[in-house]
Amino acid sequence: MAKAPAGTLYRGREGMWSWVAHRVTGVLIFFFLFAHVLDTALVRVSPDSYDRVINTYKTPIVNLMELGLTGAVLYHALNGLRIMAIDFWEKGPRYQRQMTWAILAVFVVVMVPGAYFMLEHTVRTMFGSAT
Amino acid sequence: MTVTDERPTVEVAEHQRLVTLKIRRYDPEVGPEATWQEFQVPVEKGDRLLDALHHVKWYIDGSLSFRRSCAHGVCGSDAMRINGVNRLSCKVLVKDLGEVITIEPIKGLTVLKDLIVDMDPFFEAFKSIKPFLITNGNAPTRERLQSAEDRARFDDSTKCIMCAACTTSCPVFWNDEAYFGPQAIVMAHRFIFDSRDEGADERLEILNEKEGVWRCRTTFNCTDACPRGIQVTKAIQEVKRALIFRKV
Repeated sequence: MAKAPAGTLYRGREGMWSWVAHRVTGVLIFFFLFAHVLDTALVRVSPDSYDRVINTYKTPIVNLMELGLTGAVLYHALNGLRIMAIDFWEKGPRYQRQMTWAILAVFVVVMVPGAYFMLEHTVRTMFGSAT
Repeated sequence: MTVTDERPTVEVAEHQRLVTLKIRRYDPEVGPEATWQEFQVPVEKGDRLLDALHHVKWYIDGSLSFRRSCAHGVCGSDAMRINGVNRLSCKVLVKDLGEVITIEPIKGLTVLKDLIVDMDPFFEAFKSIKPFLITNGNAPTRERLQSAEDRARFDDSTKCIMCAACTTSCPVFWNDEAYFGPQAIVMAHRFIFDSRDEGADERLEILNEKEGVWRCRTTFNCTDACPRGIQVTKAIQEVKRALIFRKV
C-alpha cells in the first residue's frame, strides 16, 4: 500500500514507551562510548593532545551533555533491572507497569540532586555568585 | 479517492446522539493511496462500535469494507485499530470512545481494502508451531485424563480466538513480518504446557529460531490489546524460561 496521509501513532502504554526510551538511551550511550573510546585512546598517542582535547570539553554545553548522559545511563540501567525482573521473576509481567513508575520515581529522586551538583559549577561560573 | 466531508443533515432521534467516525480507507481500484473519510453516525447509549460501522455500511456508504461474523466477541473477525489501539469493534462501546473515533486497519499486515488486511502471514505463523496434539506410541483406548491442576497450567492460552489484535500491536512484528508474533507463541504455549501433549521439545525448538520468542521486547502492547484478557506477554515469558531452563 502506498503511503500518505499517515496513520496515527499506536497508542501503547507504559510498556511500549519504556521500550522506546530504552532504545533511545541505548543508542545515545553507544555514541558516547564511541567518542569516549576515541578520545581516551588519544592518551596513548600523545598525552599533550589528550589534554588539549579534554580541555575543549570544559564548556557549559558539554556539561549539559554530561547531565544527559547521566540520565540516559541511569534510565537504561534501571529499566534494565525492570526487564530482568520481567524475564526471570514469575510475577514480573503482572507488575511491569508498577515497576515502570517505580524506576521513574528512583530516576527523579537521583536526577534532581544529581543535576544540582553537576550543574552547580557551571551556573556559578556563568552567572557569578555572591561568595 | 478524495477526502470527502459531506455532512448531510442526519436525523437524530431523542435517545440518540451524533458521533464522527474517522475511517482510514483504501481501495486499490480507486487509488493507490489511503485516505481518511469522516461519517456522522447517530448512536444509542448501548451501541457497540460495530453497530456504528454497520450504520455506515447499510445506510451511508455500502463500499466500506470490514470483516465481522458473530458480532459478539467470539469469532475474532473484527479486530481493528480504534483510537490508536487494537480492539474488537464488537466489544467496545461507542460511549467509551469520545466524539470523534478514529478507525484504522490493524498494523503490520498488508491492507487489501479499507479495514481488511491479508491474514495469510498471521495464519502461516500459527500453523508453523504445530497447533495440534502430538503424542508418541499407541493411542489409549479411553480418553487422555488430565488433573485440574494440569489443565489450569495452560488455561489462559486456550482462550485465544485468533483475531490478530496482539500480533498486529507488536512493534517487532510491524517491522518484520517473519516474526512469529504473540499469537503463534500463545498457541504454542497452549500445547507446550499441556500435560497430554508430547511435542513440547519440537515446538520449543521452532520458537528458539531467529524469528522466535527471543525477538519479543516485552512492550506489553499485546497484553493490552487482547480482547480475551490473555496475559500474552506472560505466556511468551514462560516459553522463554522453558527454553532457558529446559523445563516445562
